Amino acid sequence: MTLKAVVIAGLVALASLGSALPALAQGGPLRLTITDGVIEPLPFAVPVFTAETAGAEGLAADISNLVAQDLTGTGLFREIPASAFISQMGPFGTPPSYPDWRAINAQAVIAGAVAVNGNQLTVKFRLYDIFTGAELGEGLQFAGTTQGWRRMAHKVADAAYSRITGELGYFDSRVVFVSEAGPKDNRQKRLAIMDYDGANVQFLTDSSSLVLAPRFSPDGNRVLYTSYESGFPRINILDVGSVTSRQLDTAPGEMAFSPRFSRDGSRVIYSLANGGNTDLYIGDIASGASTRLTSAPSIETAPSFSPDGSQIVFESDRSGGSQLYIMPVNGGEPRRISFGDGRYGTPVWSPRGDLVAFTKQNAGRFHIGVMRTDGSEERLLTSSFLDEGPTWSPNGRVLMFTRETQGAEGTSQLYSVDISGRNLKPVDLVGGASDPSWGPLQP
Amino acid sequence: MHMMTKIALIGLALATSACTRPDRFGGTDPIGTNPVAGQNAGGVSGGVSDPRSPQYFQQTVGDRVLFAVDTSTLSPQGIATLDGQANWLQTNADYLAIIEGHADEQGTREYNLALGARRANAVREYLMSKGIPSNRLRTVSYGKERPIEVCSNEACYAKNRRAVTVISIGQLS
Repeated sequence: MTLKAVVIAGLVALASLGSALPALAQGGPLRLTITDGVIEPLPFAVPVFTAETAGAEGLAADISNLVAQDLTGTGLFREIPASAFISQMGPFGTPPSYPDWRAINAQAVIAGAVAVNGNQLTVKFRLYDIFTGAELGEGLQFAGTTQGWRRMAHKVADAAYSRITGELGYFDSRVVFVSEAGPKDNRQKRLAIMDYDGANVQFLTDSSSLVLAPRFSPDGNRVLYTSYESGFPRINILDVGSVTSRQLDTAPGEMAFSPRFSRDGSRVIYSLANGGNTDLYIGDIASGASTRLTSAPSIETAPSFSPDGSQIVFESDRSGGSQLYIMPVNGGEPRRISFGDGRYGTPVWSPRGDLVAFTKQNAGRFHIGVMRTDGSEERLLTSSFLDEGPTWSPNGRVLMFTRETQGAEGTSQLYSVDISGRNLKPVDLVGGASDPSWGPLQP
Repeated sequence: MHMMTKIALIGLALATSACTRPDRFGGTDPIGTNPVAGQNAGGVSGGVSDPRSPQYFQQTVGDRVLFAVDTSTLSPQGIATLDGQANWLQTNADYLAIIEGHADEQGTREYNLALGARRANAVREYLMSKGIPSNRLRTVSYGKERPIEVCSNEACYAKNRRAVTVISIGQLS
């Protein structure tokens, strides 16, 4: 689908949203600064959007509900129920009755209007800062098809989140993952893609051969994954739009796995096993030419690029148990960054570049954690029988990962948690799921 | 003569499946052949009592060796099993083997793939040291993807940390 966003009034361009906001001042404009401290969720209201055409009432209700759900789902916002409202909104564009909203402590009100013509859908919204008594940012209008109504709701929520926090949102994004079915000793796995909230699941492969650990390209148009289609682990690349895939050329070896895109999407870094020894290689996707990055008798796998593309973080058991290491992409001596108790794996560099998320295994438990890139300030965010494989939200605020329960009936589910350890919750999906890879905010 | 033809045809089918689909738990094998000795090779020879049969290899010689946590070191018991495998493969020179390396569920997915590769390779190298040509032996790792026991304690984990020698007649690609 195509989404078109236009500013309804004023001259502020969409690209300057957020950065145009003034800093927080006492009694100043609405602003929620996300910190690692305890946050009192910001109370807001989303009165049901106005239906501007006959028959648009259903979508208007669905869209306003989803906007509220996106925001409350972050754990940073608290929705004030409609039953508490003192006054209703007038026609779209009419400012709210500020005293009535102040009286119920609503700090932000999101007003919207929905029009449907055939399969064409238009959504407009405005955000009001109740305590300042002014609109926050400009009105925005999104146009698309009725089928894509969820994306338009996510766009509205992303704009509201961005204006209030000064950071990019992550609601209009997708996640590629492995959908699982069947018992533990006969599990069927297939690649699937979903909206960040678990909606709109689409399968990308059938379950005729084992697939593992997909990774989105930085633009979200392609997926790298490990496939047993040939009977042996090989790297496949899939075009999301056409749902066609091909096997990638790698250096010769018994098994190729653990592929990740470079930040410009032109290269792939992966693990290759030869004679039982696993090392890292980097290859050019177009030509298939590969260069070896590590040559050690230990296991080197699960690489991840730094945002500037100059370094990689990966896991290696060269010192005994698995630990995290950083090295320049062009070669050089790896520098160990993890030194705590237990074993560390699946490091993923944050989009902001300041943190590495990882899986930690210690004393019979698994954890998802984050540390700074020099290994300092390690924080464990979760603890369970088996948590693994974190992936970053596009704005670097949330991690999604796999949680598997124990025993014969054990199943895998996707969970998310924010980087302060708050707001741990399962992704709303039917059936088992593992190995999420979070794509970019969609244009 | 009739028997010879039959063997050749089955050999061809097994070779095809050995090259394309060693995943014996996939459940959707369209060919219906299965490179695991025992179920599908009955036409070739006479069952577990026949020392030349795949069933004999699987059940009497023993098709698997087990490993301690996070290691790929062969145990004395594993070496005894592999000596038997090497003898059998020497005697039955038309058989090829794919060695599957596996891990238990303690560990991350990709690390366990690498660990399974180490285990499969430990078996392959031992069989080669006993004179089995390298071109008859191929390895694959399933990491923690193919447990045979499903409980989450050491009794099951010990059986899942394994390398299984899966034999078939044909040529490895």
